[in-house]
Amino acid sequence: MIQVLVVDDSNSIRDMVSFTLKSAGYETVEAKDGQDGLNKAQNGTFDLVISDVNMPIMDGITLCQELRKLPTFKFTPILMLTTESSGDMKMRGKAAGATGWLVKPFNPEKLLATIKRVVR
Amino acid sequence: MSVDLSQFIPSFLEESFEGLELMESSLLNLEQGDDETINSIFRAAHSIKGGAGTFGFNHVTEFTHLVETLLDEMRDGRRNIDPDDVELLLESVDCMRLLIEAIRDESECNSEKIAENSRLLRQTLASSGSVISEVVTINVDELATENNNDMTTWQIKFIPEHHLVQTGNDPLLLFNALADLGEITVVANAKELPALNDIDAEELYLSWCLTLRSNASEDDIKEVFEWVEDECELILIKEENVKLSKISVDVSSAEGVSDESTLSELCVSSSKIATNTPEPSQKNNVDKPAGKSKNDLGSIRVGVDKVDSLINLVGELVITQSMLSELGNDFDLSKVERLNAGLEQLLQNTKELQESVMRIRMLPISFAFNRFPRLVHDLSKKTGKEIELILKGEQTELDKTVMEQIGDPLVHLVRNAVDHGIESAQVRLANGKPEKGTIILDAYHQGGSIVIEISDDGGGIDRQAVFNKALEKGLVDESTTLTDSQVFDLIFEPGFSTAKELSDISGRGVGMDVVKQNIQSLGGRIQVESEQGKGSTFRVNLPLTLAILDGQLVRVGREVYIIPLITIVESLQPQKTLINRVSGDMLLYRLREDNVPVIPIYQLFNIPCEFEHIERCLLVVVEADGQKIGLMVDDLLAQQQVVIKSLNDNYQQVEGVSGATILGDGSVAMILDVPGIITMALSKAQSNQQNQSHVTPSISAGVIS
Repeated sequence: MIQVLVVDDSNSIRDMVSFTLKSAGYETVEAKDGQDGLNKAQNGTFDLVISDVNMPIMDGITLCQELRKLPTFKFTPILMLTTESSGDMKMRGKAAGATGWLVKPFNPEKLLATIKRVVR
Repeated sequence: MSVDLSQFIPSFLEESFEGLELMESSLLNLEQGDDETINSIFRAAHSIKGGAGTFGFNHVTEFTHLVETLLDEMRDGRRNIDPDDVELLLESVDCMRLLIEAIRDESECNSEKIAENSRLLRQTLASSGSVISEVVTINVDELATENNNDMTTWQIKFIPEHHLVQTGNDPLLLFNALADLGEITVVANAKELPALNDIDAEELYLSWCLTLRSNASEDDIKEVFEWVEDECELILIKEENVKLSKISVDVSSAEGVSDESTLSELCVSSSKIATNTPEPSQKNNVDKPAGKSKNDLGSIRVGVDKVDSLINLVGELVITQSMLSELGNDFDLSKVERLNAGLEQLLQNTKELQESVMRIRMLPISFAFNRFPRLVHDLSKKTGKEIELILKGEQTELDKTVMEQIGDPLVHLVRNAVDHGIESAQVRLANGKPEKGTIILDAYHQGGSIVIEISDDGGGIDRQAVFNKALEKGLVDESTTLTDSQVFDLIFEPGFSTAKELSDISGRGVGMDVVKQNIQSLGGRIQVESEQGKGSTFRVNLPLTLAILDGQLVRVGREVYIIPLITIVESLQPQKTLINRVSGDMLLYRLREDNVPVIPIYQLFNIPCEFEHIERCLLVVVEADGQKIGLMVDDLLAQQQVVIKSLNDNYQQVEGVSGATILGDGSVAMILDVPGIITMALSKAQSNQQNQSHVTPSISAGVIS
């Protein structure tokens, strides 16, 4: 079973991403900000991380940097789910070690299709 | 595969309203250079925009985008925090609320206000030369149909950098994605592969040549490589049109990356100013009733700790239950002690469980308080009075239903405090007060109820003016001597107003009676204290919950009734000398300085009783609306908490009864509606007065026929 860590400060977005993934047969663990995500990442193994960028306490970029420092997350795909699709934000994401990005508005079909590019 | 997300709309709406509240309260406290606050405001707007886009609420997305752009500039320091901008943002929050409420109620909203507001936002943004990027909603289906249907053969050369896999990208999965677009052949090139000893397992040494036969567009193919374009050399050649693609090859190989512009088109920008605002539609401006729509299921967000403690308690309850049932298997008298202990434990469990369940419905009163900073801010602007609002006891918890219903009365009281309470700056200075007025909202628990205080340091209530007005209205006569609190209570009489000028803030003095009614319908009461020149305090007393009531059980004949404990002043055995009989059957009982009308419950409900004579009965003196009456009962039983069951839902409304409950022995007992009984008695007395045509203005003069 593929385990996905979903990090977003918005309950509804988190619920929707999680629901979409579960309905496609993925297992999900939810976290409400970067710090929460990092804690959960340290206590589990995941095949994929989907994270919002703009969050309180710890943002998605920092989370990405922190995750890449963990040996178990060295090669794990990390997707940034964000409305900020400016080139700058993508560059910052990539520089922090993100695999790619998903642009909101979030569309379930597109999300699933895109995920296939990074998980088996 | 299609995933239906509409079930998440209610939680999106709920979250949006919370976000708007946060935006509003943060905007009111915004100071220059307060980055974290701006960031949290921005985040809230950002989440609303994101969610709205997902559900296709495009007018919300478009409007919020403008707000977000302005906030983004403030966040980045490109724009100073200007009071006018903050004002505009506050207005915009109102507009967003209207838009989201319209979604919730499935109605049209006031689009003129929104159009005007977005015009102002654009104007503000344009004044600083900002470029508003247009929101482009990507529709995958549309993109797919735009493709031409001709099959094309593409030669794709993909030379990744060695560290590509370290960002979690996997070339094989990219090829899988390409294979979804059409037929693919993959040829790997391993000539860069070093000797076995030199291989770093974390590096990638291969490159690939792919042939794709597909009807996909160049953009579709590039999208697959979107995330790795900076980390690879990618060459796309369209076989059918070699000449053209040669040029594109040159361009991309010269830059070392593929064409950036197609990408950004796909995602957002296009640097022209969006002009499509929501169309003002005049025809649909009819206000829909603000009832609950199907999207408003009224959910409660409960802390995990509360749920955990509940589960704990249920666990204990199960243990107690199994212990008791084991005890019952072969019970004999030697086990009585254990049975008692078990029952004691059951009592404890039930009590804790009840408290825990009630706690689930409890929310901190900040939910009701948080609208006041904005309200006072707006009112103080409107009236030109400088006012500081102090909130206290915001963490005091209150039942959700009570909270929802107390909001409007509190708004009314705060408006009054601003409008009638706080004096103008000149008057304040002349009276040696600080120029800035203060309004304090405080909440605290007292016994089994919650107290909310609204105090101001304004002019106080003019006792004489109230009294004169009451004379004019015929509520009192000249000879009546009233205590201060009795005089102040007159302001809750219908149609009472002492304001010299009418204002559009507090209306026309209608309302204080409604405030009182609303509070009473919640089982609460309101009192006022005031000192001329110093200010006034309105004190609202509310039950913690509407679901459970502290009651006094009383017996009349064979029936048991419940009197809400909060209404009881005292219970006593009547003394013959203090009973006065006036006009016919009417009884008055002399209770210290008051004459309390006596209402026999057996007469009220027309049931048989044990004692018909007042000397043999007990008298329970209750108070509501500042009016005391004595309820005549046969016996006082226990005091206990009872669960309120609605009569309306299960039977029908009965005059004088506010609900029912089930007692320990399984029988049903009625809960008496004390204010209702007083009203019944008063109207009866009034019709008597009309019949007998000797009108006495004092209310307590005659009750009961």
